[in-house]
Amino acid sequence: MKPFTSLTSIAAPLPEADVDTDIIFPARFLLLLNKDGLAEHLFHERRRTGDEPKFVLDTPPFDQAKILVAGKNFGCGSSREQAVWAIADFGIRAILAPSFGEIFFSNCLKNGILPIVLESLPHERAMKAAFAQRALTVDLETQTVSLGEGEAIRFELDAFARQMILLGLDEIGVVLAEDQSDIAAFEARQRSEAPWLDLSDGRLEALRDAIPGDARDDLF
Amino acid sequence: MSNDRSSHRAETASAAPRTLYDKVWDSHVVKTYDDGNCLLYIDRHLVQEVSSPQAFAGLVAANRTLRRPSAHIAVADHAVPTMGREKPLPEGLAKRQVSRLAQNAERFGVNYIRMQDHRHGIVHVIGPELGFTLPGVTLVCGDSHTSTHGAFGAIAFGIGASEVECAMATQALRQRKQKRMRVTLGGALPHRVAVKDVVLALIARIGAAGGVGYAIEYAGSTVGALSMEARMTLCNMTIEAGSRIGMVAPDEKTFAYVKGRLLAPTGLAWDKALASWRGLASDPDAVFDKEVALDVSVLAPHVSWGTTPEECAPVDMPVPDPAAERDPSRRARMQRSLDYMGLKPGAPLAGLPIDRAFIGSCTNGRIEDLRLAAAVARGRKVAAHVAGIVVPGSASVRLLAEAEGLDRIFRDAGFEWRDSGCSMCVAMNDDRLNPGERCASTSNRNFEGRQGRGGRTHLMSPAMAAAAAIAGCIVDIRDL
Repeated sequence: MKPFTSLTSIAAPLPEADVDTDIIFPARFLLLLNKDGLAEHLFHERRRTGDEPKFVLDTPPFDQAKILVAGKNFGCGSSREQAVWAIADFGIRAILAPSFGEIFFSNCLKNGILPIVLESLPHERAMKAAFAQRALTVDLETQTVSLGEGEAIRFELDAFARQMILLGLDEIGVVLAEDQSDIAAFEARQRSEAPWLDLSDGRLEALRDAIPGDARDDLF
Repeated sequence: MSNDRSSHRAETASAAPRTLYDKVWDSHVVKTYDDGNCLLYIDRHLVQEVSSPQAFAGLVAANRTLRRPSAHIAVADHAVPTMGREKPLPEGLAKRQVSRLAQNAERFGVNYIRMQDHRHGIVHVIGPELGFTLPGVTLVCGDSHTSTHGAFGAIAFGIGASEVECAMATQALRQRKQKRMRVTLGGALPHRVAVKDVVLALIARIGAAGGVGYAIEYAGSTVGALSMEARMTLCNMTIEAGSRIGMVAPDEKTFAYVKGRLLAPTGLAWDKALASWRGLASDPDAVFDKEVALDVSVLAPHVSWGTTPEECAPVDMPVPDPAAERDPSRRARMQRSLDYMGLKPGAPLAGLPIDRAFIGSCTNGRIEDLRLAAAVARGRKVAAHVAGIVVPGSASVRLLAEAEGLDRIFRDAGFEWRDSGCSMCVAMNDDRLNPGERCASTSNRNFEGRQGRGGRTHLMSPAMAAAAAIAGCIVDIRDL
């Protein structure tokens, strides 16, 4: 994960409620196997219409925006992390909204994208600043968004997530380094107290090789 | 570990009355960090083809192993075709994705269920069928409808690919505890009103973000009377209200459903598990952060008219008028939805012509759903201009339906009878709407483009979708 401390950019305004992850990244592109290069399909249906006015991310100067100001419940719906990878690939590193879909929110944090929750009044001001094409500064050290013209908003973020993003750390690596013995101890306790949860006794083997004449290797 | 008495951590916490969610949570806390977040142990993980390739690639890149292979089951459900399964998959992206899952499963020692296998199906249908889903467990999957498994009194939630990778590498996830909401459902369901109608009515009331930040427990006399299939539909749709977690306390119905399943405990282990599971109910004086009550006895069948599940209404109501909405952001949202859906304010929902009907998905692709739809389809014909497909949620559901003769009823009525998979709920295979087509659908999301670019989805119950297919337009099932 790329570390993030501070970022100054104009912000693209998308004042629409309940923008779901199907809109952000349509399902048919989920067949792609990689995380890279997904910006091509970001908001695909909105950006390939030929209609005027063009979608905000195709409208200069917002095509260069590294910040998005969105409506409530942004990223609701599907758990597809491709939505976040596509946003990251486009170059956006911070999203300001009144609320987020929960899984999307969590996915943002794992990818160094800041999902910033703003109360309705500060959100309105941020949206105004975005439309006015003012440069916004998101500072993770001080947990503030500066809207230009002396306006600044403080935001909250989970302390651990903040630290991970500031340092660009890999959460899995941290858990493996610090918590493995606790996990092992938990598993030992669970094996004695709730032994029925352990499926390593061979019961899962019944799931294998159930196709008669199991030589159909070309079939999945 | 669902056994209160034997868990030290749970014992110290047991002084205060606890909710079902608290109990399952407490029994899975590996450690509590200074900031109040917890490392939550994950008992079960369902692996599918869409959210796992990048996670497996991450393990490989970091030279990490899968901590506990027996905690995972892999199956391809999103990208698989629902017809022509006896033939090899055609070359292309779908084949590449499905074969990648099979290869990864092989490489990491995860049991993989093939699409020709009689245990194949949508992850959220086969987890319970196999007895992989159990009361009191923590279960995750890289799919938002993982909330389905909460019907068994499990903490089950959807995660992204990064957390999939974390669960595979560590068998644990760092989580913040949710607030608790109780939704109390009272009253008897009116004739031909289904649990799908109840949950659509609930989402219309609390909104698509109404559950954000909460774990929901469904309680009340109505819930107790629901079948396991119906409880799964209820918990499945919880994510459409913004909450990742929907739960129902396990009861005798739950235990009867689980008993004898392939991976369910047997013998002494069953007795011990059962004793533990019986303690999985919210304490009578447990406090919830939010309470919602709904009387289901007055509900009509519901249909969505917009592009978020909260935009739904009783079928006997007209399409709402954005002009009557005072909140400007909501008004704009409604107008956009109506434009996309090609609807005029004030037009009656009943009578709206449809082009397609889809019966299936992890929401409504279980045997009970197919029985309800077949009861409507029996002896009738799908309207000439409508193409209807029935996609069982799993091969087991398909085989049982065929044994009951339901496939014959559907085929005779003019529906196509397909193999199991996510199909037209997510439109990642060839089952999709064409631009402008209108579909009566038993799936969970009416998002723009969800069932295919430009497609128009109307969410409804299985009986309502079958009735719409036959009438050729949205109808009030009570008039049939």
